[in-house]
Amino acid sequence: MNSIISLSVLGVLVLFLGILKKKTWLLPLILVGLVASLMMTLLHWNMNRSLFHNMLIIDNTGVAFSSVLIFSTFLIFLFAARYYRKVIRPLDDIYAIMIFALVGAVLMSYYGNLIMLFIGIETLSIALYVLAGSHKEAITSNEATLKYFLLGSFLSGFLLFGIALLYGSSGSFDLYAIHSYVVDHIQQGLPPMFKAGLFLLIIGLAFKIAIAPFHFWAPDVYEGTPTLLTAFMATVVKTASVVAMYRFFSITFFGIHGVWEMTIAILAGITIVIGNVTGLYQPNLKRMLAYSSISHSGYMMLAMVAFSGRTANALLFYSVAYSIATITAFAILILVREARGNDYFGSFNGIAKKNRIEAFTLAVAMLSLTGIPPLAGFMGKYFLFAAAIEQGWLWLVIIAIAGSAVSVGYYFKPIIAMYFREDQGTILQSGKPFKVHILFLTLLTILLGFLPFLLSGLI
Amino acid sequence: MLTLILILLPLLVAIGLFFIKNERWARNLALAAALIESGISIAALYTYFNFCHCQLLFRFEWLANYGISLKFGMDGLSMLMTLLTNFLVPVVIYSSFTQKVERASSFYSLIILMQAGLIGVFTAFDGMMFYIFWELTLIPAYFIAAYWGGENRIRITLKFFAYTFSGSLLMLVAIIYLYFHTPLPHSFDHIWLYASNLNPAEQVWVFLAFFLAFAIKIPIFPFHTWQPDTYVTAPYSGSMLLGGLMSKMGLFGMIRWMIPITYPVLNRTDGFFIIFPLIGIVYASLIAIRQDDLKRFVAYTSIAHLGLVAAGAMALNAQAMQGAMIQMVSHGINIVGLFIIIQYIESRTKTTSIAELQGIALKAPRLAVLFMIILLGSIALPLTNGFVGEFLILLGLFKYYWLYAAVAGLTVIFSVVYMLWMYQRVMLGNTNTVTESFTDLSWKEMIPLIAIVIMIFWIGIAPGMFMHLAENGVRQIIGVVR
Repeated sequence: MNSIISLSVLGVLVLFLGILKKKTWLLPLILVGLVASLMMTLLHWNMNRSLFHNMLIIDNTGVAFSSVLIFSTFLIFLFAARYYRKVIRPLDDIYAIMIFALVGAVLMSYYGNLIMLFIGIETLSIALYVLAGSHKEAITSNEATLKYFLLGSFLSGFLLFGIALLYGSSGSFDLYAIHSYVVDHIQQGLPPMFKAGLFLLIIGLAFKIAIAPFHFWAPDVYEGTPTLLTAFMATVVKTASVVAMYRFFSITFFGIHGVWEMTIAILAGITIVIGNVTGLYQPNLKRMLAYSSISHSGYMMLAMVAFSGRTANALLFYSVAYSIATITAFAILILVREARGNDYFGSFNGIAKKNRIEAFTLAVAMLSLTGIPPLAGFMGKYFLFAAAIEQGWLWLVIIAIAGSAVSVGYYFKPIIAMYFREDQGTILQSGKPFKVHILFLTLLTILLGFLPFLLSGLI
Repeated sequence: MLTLILILLPLLVAIGLFFIKNERWARNLALAAALIESGISIAALYTYFNFCHCQLLFRFEWLANYGISLKFGMDGLSMLMTLLTNFLVPVVIYSSFTQKVERASSFYSLIILMQAGLIGVFTAFDGMMFYIFWELTLIPAYFIAAYWGGENRIRITLKFFAYTFSGSLLMLVAIIYLYFHTPLPHSFDHIWLYASNLNPAEQVWVFLAFFLAFAIKIPIFPFHTWQPDTYVTAPYSGSMLLGGLMSKMGLFGMIRWMIPITYPVLNRTDGFFIIFPLIGIVYASLIAIRQDDLKRFVAYTSIAHLGLVAAGAMALNAQAMQGAMIQMVSHGINIVGLFIIIQYIESRTKTTSIAELQGIALKAPRLAVLFMIILLGSIALPLTNGFVGEFLILLGLFKYYWLYAAVAGLTVIFSVVYMLWMYQRVMLGNTNTVTESFTDLSWKEMIPLIAIVIMIFWIGIAPGMFMHLAENGVRQIIGVVR
C-alpha cells in the first residue's frame, strides 16, 4: 500500500517538475523517491493483512517482490542520465510514465482480486505501449509500439475473457473465493467453463512474461524500443508478470496443483528450447537478450511447475539474479550503440583492450546468465533445478540443462568478441559514475553468488 | 583452518593481481603467492603426519535449509592432490617467465584463480561445493586458452567450454538428485551422499551422469575429441594446467564421488566401463606414434596414460586404486615437465614439428639429459615415478581380470615405442638448419626442470610418504565400497 501511494505521488511530482522546467532536479528526485518508497515498502514486512476487502493482500511475498521491482527500476534509472544525455528537452513525461508503469507492476505483486490484477496489468501495459514508442523519430520504435500495442491489447482481451469465465463459474473475482470454489469442485471435476477461463488467463499472463508460443512479439519489440526502456521491459515487466502468475496459482490452487502443472510444464519446455535455440542465430546483442529473456521465462516456469513452499523464494532469487545481470548487459549495450553505432556482435570486437571495466562487467553478466558458479545466476538456477527435481520433474530439468548448455553458444559471443577479437572501433566513453554503477551491479552479482543466504530464506 | 587458508589465499591474491598495473610486479607477486601456498600445504602435511589424521576439517553452514555447507578437509587423497597442485603451479608460473606474456597481470591472476578452484575441488567434502569449484576452474582455463592461445583458438576453446560445461551440468543434476535421496534431513555432505538410497535403475543414471562429466574432463575415449586441439592451441602454461591438473580433477572426481556412490553399477556391469579407457590406451598410443606435432603428441600420450589411471580407479581394489592415486601425481609432474621442454624447444626453433627437428642433443646436453629423465618417468622405468603407480595399477587390474591387465600393459610397451622414437628423431642424429644455432638451457631455465626431476626420483626411489597418503585415501574409499 505504502509503495503504491508513494510511487503514484512520485510520478505526479515528476510531472510537476516538468511543468516547472526543473530539468536537473528530475533524476535526483526520482532516485531519492524510489529509495524512499523502497523503504516504505519494507516497512510492511511481516505485516500480513489484506486491504479493501481482499483487493490487495499485503504479505511477505508481495513486499519482497515489489521491493525487487522498485530496486530494479532504481538500477535502470541510474543509467537514465547517461542514456538521455544528448536529449535537450525535459524528460519528465517518460520518467513519469515509467514510474506509473512501476505502480502497475507493484499492484500485480499485491493483488488479491482478479480485477486488481487486470488493473495492474493494464496500468503497466498502457504505460509500456507509450514508452515503446517514445523514440518518435525512429521508425523501429514506431514499429515496436504498434506491434506491442496490437498484440498486447488482443491478449489483454484473452486475459479479460478468462477472468470473466472464472467469474462466471465461481461467482467471484476474489482469489480466496475462487480457491474455495476449486476445493469444492475438484472432486467431481472442474467444469469446462472454469478450465477454459484458467487457460485463457494463463495465455494472457504467458504473453506478458514472453513464454513460447506467445513470445513472438518480444524480439521485435525489444529491438525497436529505446534501450533503456527495453531493460525495463525485460526485467520489471517480466518479474511483475511472473509474480502475478505465482500469486494466482499459489492462492487459488493452494494445495491442489495437478490441474495446471502439466500445461505450464509443457509451455516451459517449449520456451526453453525455442528461446535457447533461436538465441543462437541472432545477429545482435539486443535481439539475443530478447531470446535470453524468453529462455529465462522458461526457467522461471520450472519453479512454478514444481510448486512448493519454496517456489516464491526460488523465483525471487532468480528474478533478482536475472534482473541485475540483464540490466548490466543493457547498460553496456547503450554504450556500445552510442560509440559504434549498432550492437551487432562485431561492434563488440576488442572492447576489452581499452575498456577493461566495461568488458569485465558484461562478461560477468553473461556468465551469470549462463549459470556459471559462483555467480548469482548459478545459485538462481540451482534453486529452480532443486525445486523441480524434488517434485519429480526430471525430464523438464534435463531440457533446462540442455538449454543451459546451448546458451553457452550465444552468451559467449559478446565475451569472445570483446576479449579475443581484434579491436575495430572507437573507445567507449563511459565516465566515472557509469563505471561505478556497473561495478556496483557486478559486485551484487558476485556477492549474491557467494552469499546466497542473504536472499534465499526470506519468504 | 589451514584448508580454508589454502583456498582463500589464492582467491584473494587473484583478485588483487587484477589491479596491479606493473607487469613485473604482477608476475613476481604471483610466484611469491604460489610459493607461500606451497609452504602452507607443507605445513598442512606436517600437521597431518605429526598431530592428527583428523582431515584438517573446516565446516560452516552456508545454506542450512538447503543442506549445503562449506565443508573442506584433507584426507590422504586430498593431501596428495593439493601437494601436486601447489608444487606444479609455482613451476608453471616460473617456467612462463622465459616467455613474453601480454597483459601479464590478468594472465597470472587467472592462473592463481585456477589454483584456488583446483584446491577447492580437491578438498571439498560437500557435493555442492565440489560442483561450484569444479565449474570455477573452467572460467580461468577457458580464458587462458582463448586469450593467450594460438591458431583457431576461438572455435577450439568454445568447443572445449561447451563440451565440459554440458558434462558438468549433467553431474549437477545427478548431485541434486542424490541429495533428495539422502537420509533425512537431506544434506550434500559426502557422508550423506555416500549413504544415499537409490534403486538399481537410478544408480545407473546417476553413474552415467558422473561418468560422462569425468570422462569428458580426463578425457576418456570417446569423449576426448576436444582435448588434443585445446592442448595445442592453449599457451604452454595453459596446457600444463589443463594436462597436469585439470585432467586430474576428473580422476579425482571418479575416486572421491563416483565410485563410492555408484560402485554397485561398476560391480554389476562386470567392468564394462573399463573397456572405454582401455580402447583409449591403444587408440591414443597408436595415434601418438604417428604424430608429428610435439604438443599434439603429448596430448595423445596423456589420453593413453590417464586411460590407464581411470581403468585402475574403476577396478575397485586397493592396489589399483592406490596406484591410480600415485600415478595421478606422477603423470601431473611428467606432463608438465614435457610441456616445459617443448616450450623451450619451440622458443628456440619456432617449431614443434618432429620432422623438422634433429640432433638437439649435440647442441644442448643439459636439455637432453633432463628430457631423457622426464621421458623415462613417463615410460615408467623402475626407480622413476611412473613405475610405482603403473606397476600397482597393472597388479590390481590383473587381479580384476587378466585380459584387462594384458591390454593395459600394452601402454608400457607403446609408451616405450612412441617416447623413445620421438626422442630419437628430435634429439639424436646430426643437427640441421633449424637446430644449428640451438643454445643449451640457462640455469634459470633449468630450475623448474630440476624441481621436476627431483620429484621424479623422489617418488620413484622413496615413495613411502606418497604411498602412505594414498593408502589413507584408499582406505576411505574402499571402506565405503566394501
